Amino acid sequence: MEVLKIATAGSVDDGKSTLIGRILYDTKSLTSDKLDAIEKTSKQKGYDYLDFSLATDGLVAEREQGITIDVAHIYFSTEKKSYIIADTPGHVEYTRNMVTGASTSQAAIILIDARKGVIEQTNRHFFINNLLRIKNVIVAVNKMDLVDFSEEKYNAIKTDFEALMEKRDYKDQKITFIPVSALQGDNVVNKSDKTPWYAGDTLLNHLENLNTTDIYNQGTPRFPVQYVVRPKTEEYHDFRGYAGKVYGGELSVGDDVVVLPSQTKSKIKDIYFYDEKFQTASRRSSVTITLENDINVSRGDMIVKADDLPTIDKQLTATVCWMDSNELTAGRKYIIQHGVNKVIAKVDKIHHKINPDYSGINTDVTGLGMNDLASVSFKLNKPMFYDAFEKHRTNGSFILIDTQSNNTVGAGFIK
Amino acid sequence: MKNTAHINPLENEAIYIIREVAAQFEKPVLLFSGGKDSITLVRLAQKAFHPAKIPFPLMHIDTGHNFPETIEFRDRLVEELGLELIVRNVQDSIDQGKVREESGKYSSRNVLQTTTLLDAIEEYKFDACIGGARRDEEKARAKERIFSVRDDFGQWDEKNQRPELFDMLNGEIEQGQNVRVFPISNWTELDVWSYIEKETLEIPSIYFSHQRKTFLRDGMIWTASEHVYREDYEQVEERTVRFRTVGDMSCTAAVSSHAKTISEVVAEIRVSTISERGARIDDKRSEAAMEKRKQQGYF
Repeated sequence: MEVLKIATAGSVDDGKSTLIGRILYDTKSLTSDKLDAIEKTSKQKGYDYLDFSLATDGLVAEREQGITIDVAHIYFSTEKKSYIIADTPGHVEYTRNMVTGASTSQAAIILIDARKGVIEQTNRHFFINNLLRIKNVIVAVNKMDLVDFSEEKYNAIKTDFEALMEKRDYKDQKITFIPVSALQGDNVVNKSDKTPWYAGDTLLNHLENLNTTDIYNQGTPRFPVQYVVRPKTEEYHDFRGYAGKVYGGELSVGDDVVVLPSQTKSKIKDIYFYDEKFQTASRRSSVTITLENDINVSRGDMIVKADDLPTIDKQLTATVCWMDSNELTAGRKYIIQHGVNKVIAKVDKIHHKINPDYSGINTDVTGLGMNDLASVSFKLNKPMFYDAFEKHRTNGSFILIDTQSNNTVGAGFIK
Repeated sequence: MKNTAHINPLENEAIYIIREVAAQFEKPVLLFSGGKDSITLVRLAQKAFHPAKIPFPLMHIDTGHNFPETIEFRDRLVEELGLELIVRNVQDSIDQGKVREESGKYSSRNVLQTTTLLDAIEEYKFDACIGGARRDEEKARAKERIFSVRDDFGQWDEKNQRPELFDMLNGEIEQGQNVRVFPISNWTELDVWSYIEKETLEIPSIYFSHQRKTFLRDGMIWTASEHVYREDYEQVEERTVRFRTVGDMSCTAAVSSHAKTISEVVAEIRVSTISERGARIDDKRSEAAMEKRKQQGYF
């Protein structure tokens, strides 16, 4: 079954958790014991409605403070698809959390409060979805019940948002507007009779109808070697398999390939998935490949098609999202984890900070703090094999690891 | 010939994660309870390294209060697949005076497991423990990372977790720390059952409908056993039941069921209005029961 990962974006009180709760409720995905627990706690707190955020705020501290601190993953499925929704916190550390949630998603829902319209926060939400090249964005104009399901209000918000769309640099994005009331369930799972002027799909129907070619950005195949399989048994005495996940496009038996960094040429001999052989390994399949020639390949190497090489270089420039309370400064060293490959990287230059609301850049910068976005150049201790993020979502991204704390402190999108 | 496009995306993801463990850590172990989730993990690990053997052992923390059917199944599976199994017993931790047996109506050895587990991790110097926990099971688990770093006390620092971006898994740790790894984080109960059905995996018989001596307490069906405390007024009766999760006898309730095959079980879960952990007595201790146990090193 197809799995669709969706990131949500909205300010505090835009009704993100209510929307997710509504989807779960109307698709009958909330089991009675979970629903009972929500009812019980809502009553205890003196609310006169069901607080669906209780279904997703899993930590004691979150329930005490009534806020989401950390990304939660919510699961539901229909006959057509399995869905994973990343519920990202709407307040502090927003950029960090949203970049994290969106990095694994193929679609995003941006919530707008119909009473407030497009606000400064909306710019940020849209900016990050753009930066991460999320192909499908749904703008859910929520709380339509509080503006009497007014078509004029909805259209005004749509016009404002369309003005924002003019500023984006990723034009291939598909944007869909849907008027909803998460609280009352209008146009979420069930079509509303209060919006006769709206001819489009409900939110769930829209997600159901997204087809795979709409969801993923296709690219050229890249095969980072994760693990070398050497059984050393009598039956498989000389077997050398390269285990990994295929990124971007497809690889087939007989393809002419090059192994990086050695640049050795070979051909794909067999493609295995468990004990079966396949002709073609599709995008994102975890296969084991054997090559015609007996060459030396180890973890971190990359197998690519001979006629389509990535950039091979000891330096790179990327948009970095900084996620740590310790500043990133020029001259500091970090580990870059690029897929399964690790290199030591030295910060060469911070070119400028990027304001995540389309208000331009700031060149007067000495270091990066938590949630900052910036254009940064790195020098590497050995060559990396990369593509521009624009061209290749997986081979164009990396994480930064602090060499002392071992924490993941940043994400990078290669230019 | 075929192309791999039809392969379940969740399966591809889990295999990728298991391979990362083998590549990034020196001494990984797969925590095996004999339940459906860990049985699924074993199959995924087989697929990840085929035609080579699984490059790490399995470990079971045995409370001594497990269902005998589970233990019998565990030993058979390990033998058939030629795997290495380490067993560590909660009874030993009790005998060594490290933990004290709980007493009273709701006593269970479930919490005591944590000490035995942490001791075993230290004994073998395991740096990565693969577990079958899923985010859809429980709200604290929904916050869990795929690579979840624990300090040398095994503690989970839930408010200070590493962000996980794309599918890049950061396994950098200090000596003494270990990582709990959850390859089927993104699977639901139904995904696991569908997988077991598709792969025709064998599972312990207690997952299927059978006759059992049970009693009722707090609206749940408890197993009547010498390991489960029972008041005199709690009457034992034979019921037709099955289990949805396989834990310690003292913390796992049964459900009424006539499902005798995997497809019947799948059909039953599809229409079930109770969640899987709704039958876990250990989660009912308080709203934050799971979060508290995880902070102390439970998996």
